[in-house]
Amino acid sequence: MMALFASLRIALRALLVNKMRSALTMLGIIIGVGAVIAMIAVGSGAKKRIADQIASMGSNILIVLSGSSTSGGMRWGSGTVPTLTVEDSKAILSEIPGVKDIAPQISGVAQIIYGNQNWSTVVYGTVPEMLSIREWTLNAGRNFMQQDLDGATKVCVLGKTVVDNLFGGIDPIGQIVRIKKVPFTVIGVLNSKGQSAWGTDQDDIIFVPLSTAQKRLFGMQFPGMVRVITVQARDPEVMKTVEGQITELLRQRHRLQPAQENDFSVRNLTEVASSAEESAKVMSLLLGAIASISLIVGGIGIMNIMLVSVTERTREIGIRIAVGAKGKDILLQFLIESLVLSLVGGILGIGVGIAGTLILSSFTQWPTLFSVQAILLAFLFSGSVGVFFGFYPARKASLLNPIEALRYE
Amino acid sequence: MEPLIRIKDLVKVYPLGEMEVQALRGVSLSIERSEFVAIMGASGSGKSTFMNILGFLDHPTTGEYILDGRSGANLSRDELAEIRNQKIGFVFQGFNLLSRTSALENVQLPLIYGQIPSKKRKEMAQQALSAVGLEGRAHHHPSQLSGGEQQRVAIARALVNRPPILLADEPTGNLDSKTSGEIMAIFQRLNDETGITIVMITHEQDIAAYGKRKILFKDGRIVEDSIS
Repeated sequence: MMALFASLRIALRALLVNKMRSALTMLGIIIGVGAVIAMIAVGSGAKKRIADQIASMGSNILIVLSGSSTSGGMRWGSGTVPTLTVEDSKAILSEIPGVKDIAPQISGVAQIIYGNQNWSTVVYGTVPEMLSIREWTLNAGRNFMQQDLDGATKVCVLGKTVVDNLFGGIDPIGQIVRIKKVPFTVIGVLNSKGQSAWGTDQDDIIFVPLSTAQKRLFGMQFPGMVRVITVQARDPEVMKTVEGQITELLRQRHRLQPAQENDFSVRNLTEVASSAEESAKVMSLLLGAIASISLIVGGIGIMNIMLVSVTERTREIGIRIAVGAKGKDILLQFLIESLVLSLVGGILGIGVGIAGTLILSSFTQWPTLFSVQAILLAFLFSGSVGVFFGFYPARKASLLNPIEALRYE
Repeated sequence: MEPLIRIKDLVKVYPLGEMEVQALRGVSLSIERSEFVAIMGASGSGKSTFMNILGFLDHPTTGEYILDGRSGANLSRDELAEIRNQKIGFVFQGFNLLSRTSALENVQLPLIYGQIPSKKRKEMAQQALSAVGLEGRAHHHPSQLSGGEQQRVAIARALVNRPPILLADEPTGNLDSKTSGEIMAIFQRLNDETGITIVMITHEQDIAAYGKRKILFKDGRIVEDSIS
């Protein structure tokens, strides 16, 4: 077999002879690789946004909602009647081994006033663990502590949207806000989490100690009751078990007969979110598949041109075979030609794909994400397209009969 | 000593639709080293078929052919290519040079397929070009060379691997008589100086006269074999 370097030189020279033709053939691969890279970038950008939103919810979260109830023939939805107690949540933490942490909460919409500004938002009465379970981080100040719960102190932690709407440029830490006319000291400000997977603003939120909320804000009608218990399982594998154990435990604690319906419900947030993730995955796969078709069309272009080239150079092939070129020498020569076309096209296509994606995302504001793997994959794919579609013409050339090839006009 | 070429009862039959064409009908022949053989015959006499078999470009239907101790029977395409590369130099009527490549690179072609390293290749090619008097034209492309010069490049290419035999198929067919004479002078000189065996097909009597032995083909058989 002749040296690879010599084959490469022969191939390059042959491609340079027909510059226009080579460039046009390459264009098919450039567009194909560019499309694959752009589509994968758009798809994985969407996927990443959803994954980020899911991560911002906290991991391995089960939500226990206090139950639907029937009163006077009217059925009320989940969470409308407080059937859960703080003791329920303590029992869940102490009796179910798969549970890592719990955060009971009550909540309600309330008007907040600071100076001459006011804002309406959801106020959550909860425990300090809430922040770590739902992956909230503090931007400034501190979280409330067990002492705040014990003493039912009037302190609050604000989400970014609330801060923006009430304070403008002022540092909110240490300021007094009025929630339902009750004065609260701002002790902490949360970092922004942005939109949830369902499009709601997660930063429009206020946390206060559970005991304070029960005594001062919402708890008057049902003392000791909570509406929601957020449960964090130790790892994703035990989610199902924990879900079942919670149901069993609560039925037992609420003394429900086998025939009675649950007066609470347990929801797995991760499941909801993962279906959103799944659909994003399908979308990016679909985009990638459509783009790959254009790459394959580019490959057919290479095959077409290589077939023409073999026919045009029949005599040259005949000369080479006559002076001692073996089948694999000729095969290699033409394979390298198509490989050079597809790989150079692939490299240019990477540039076109990246540029195209940047332009696209700057016009549409879509989130995009490049990954080295995707770019390498597209490049290798273009190379294999070159080999795959170059093989038939190259083989045809290598099998030419030298006598007929030499006579070919 | 074993002759360079030993041929016995060579038969070549081409299928042509329903019919079969007998191109060679039993040719037997020996050629010694350093001979200069001119093969003559009308078109259709089988001389081209004979030449293709002689050059390991084609298989005989039946019969035996041994060149320099090697038989072409039962060899694969690649093994035949190797024999052509090592043992045979071809000169064609139409020169058959690669256009767009310089004379020097054209001459190197058999060496590329013979795995000779690049530096050695250039040296050998330069030598071969000097042997045909073209050392100054090494970097010219075929289109920049006259017909005679192109044929000399082709001869250099045939010689570069130092094969024992040079096969020429109507080497002067595309040249005027003066240039033809020059080419034949080169053949004679190579034959005298290096002892290379030359087998040349021609249909011109005066070209054939440069050979030392004349073989006449007619209807697939040798009808005359004379040493001048």
